[in-house]
Amino acid sequence: MDTARAVWWAGFKAEAPILLGTMPFGMIYGVLALAAGLSPALAMAMSSIVFAGSAQFIVAQLLASAVPALAIIATAAIVNLRHALYSASLAPFLKHLRPGWKWLLAYLLTDEAYAVAIMHYNDAATPLRLKHWYFFGAGFALWSSWQLSTAVGVLLGSQIPASWGLDFTLALTFIALVIPALLDRALTAAALTGGTIAVLAYGLPYKLGLILAACCGIAVGMLVELKHPPPIRRLEATDELPES
Amino acid sequence: MSCQRAEVEQEIAMHIWIIIGLIGLITLAIRLSFILLFGVIEVPPALRRALRFVPPAVLSAIILPDLLLRDEQVSLSLGNERLLAGGVAMVVAWRTKNVLLTIAVGMAALWLLRLLG
Repeated sequence: MDTARAVWWAGFKAEAPILLGTMPFGMIYGVLALAAGLSPALAMAMSSIVFAGSAQFIVAQLLASAVPALAIIATAAIVNLRHALYSASLAPFLKHLRPGWKWLLAYLLTDEAYAVAIMHYNDAATPLRLKHWYFFGAGFALWSSWQLSTAVGVLLGSQIPASWGLDFTLALTFIALVIPALLDRALTAAALTGGTIAVLAYGLPYKLGLILAACCGIAVGMLVELKHPPPIRRLEATDELPES
Repeated sequence: MSCQRAEVEQEIAMHIWIIIGLIGLITLAIRLSFILLFGVIEVPPALRRALRFVPPAVLSAIILPDLLLRDEQVSLSLGNERLLAGGVAMVVAWRTKNVLLTIAVGMAALWLLRLLG
C-alpha cells in the first residue's frame, strides 16, 4: 500500500508545474461564468460535472447568448471530442484494471492529465503494475486545483470589470496550444480551414458555424495527409501536444 | 407578478442544470469510449486518423472569429486590437511553446494597444 501511495504522490508532483498554467485559467473561467450570468453554484457545478476547461468557457458563453440547448450540447461534444483520442491512446495500458478504476481515470482524463500520464506509461523503465496510481495522482492534482481556482474566480468575479477584456485569455490559451501542435502540412491545413470556415459561417444560426468549421477542417486535414503523408516520423496519437 | 418571475427564473436554472448534466455525461462517455471498448472493438483506422485533426480544427474555429470579427464584420484594420495582440501571441507561442508566457504577452499587447489607440 505504501508503494501505491508513493506512486500516487509522484504523479501528483509531476502534474504540479502544469497547475501554474491551469489555475489562472480556472480563475478566469469562474470570473467569466458569473459575467455570463451563471449563478455561483452552477459555475462551480460545471467545473466538477464537466471538468473540461475549454468546453466550460464556451458553454458559459453560449448559455449567456440564449443559444438553444441542443446546439450547446452538440458544440460541447465536438469541442470535447479530442478526448476520444486520449482515450484510444491510453486504452491498452488500462485494460487490466477493474471497471471502477477505468471510470475514475476516464473522469480525470483531461488534456493536462493525459500529457503527464502518457509520458509515465511510455517510460519502459518502471513496471506497469502501479502506473494507474500515478495517473490518479496527476489527475487528482489537476482536479482539486481546478475546483479551487474556479471557486476563487467565482469569489473575485464581481470585482473584475469587463473592460479588462479577460475573456481574450481563452483565445490566447488556444493560440498557445494550437501553434506548437501544427507539426505538419495536414495539421496546418486543418487549422486554417477550420478557422476560415468559422469566420465565413459565423452568421449561421445556433452557432452551427463552429460545428461546420470543425468538420471541414478535419476533412481537409485528412485529404492533405493522403496527398502528403508526413515524412519519416509517422505521427501517432501520443505525439499530440496537450492542450487545455 | 414577482412570484411568477421567480418561477420562470427557477425554470431557467433547472433547464441549465439539465444541460450541464447532459454535457457532463457526454464528456465522460467520450473519455471512457476506447478505454471501455478496448479489446471489444477495434478502433477503425480512418477514425483514428480523423481524430488527430480535431484539436487544430476546433480550436482554430474558436480563435479566428474572436480575432477577426468586430460586431460580426471582418475587421482587418490596425484598429482591431485583438487581431494584432493575437498575432503577437502567435509569434510567442511559435518561438517559446510556453502557454503562460503566450497568455501574458498577448494580454499585455492588448492593453498596450488600447492605451495607444
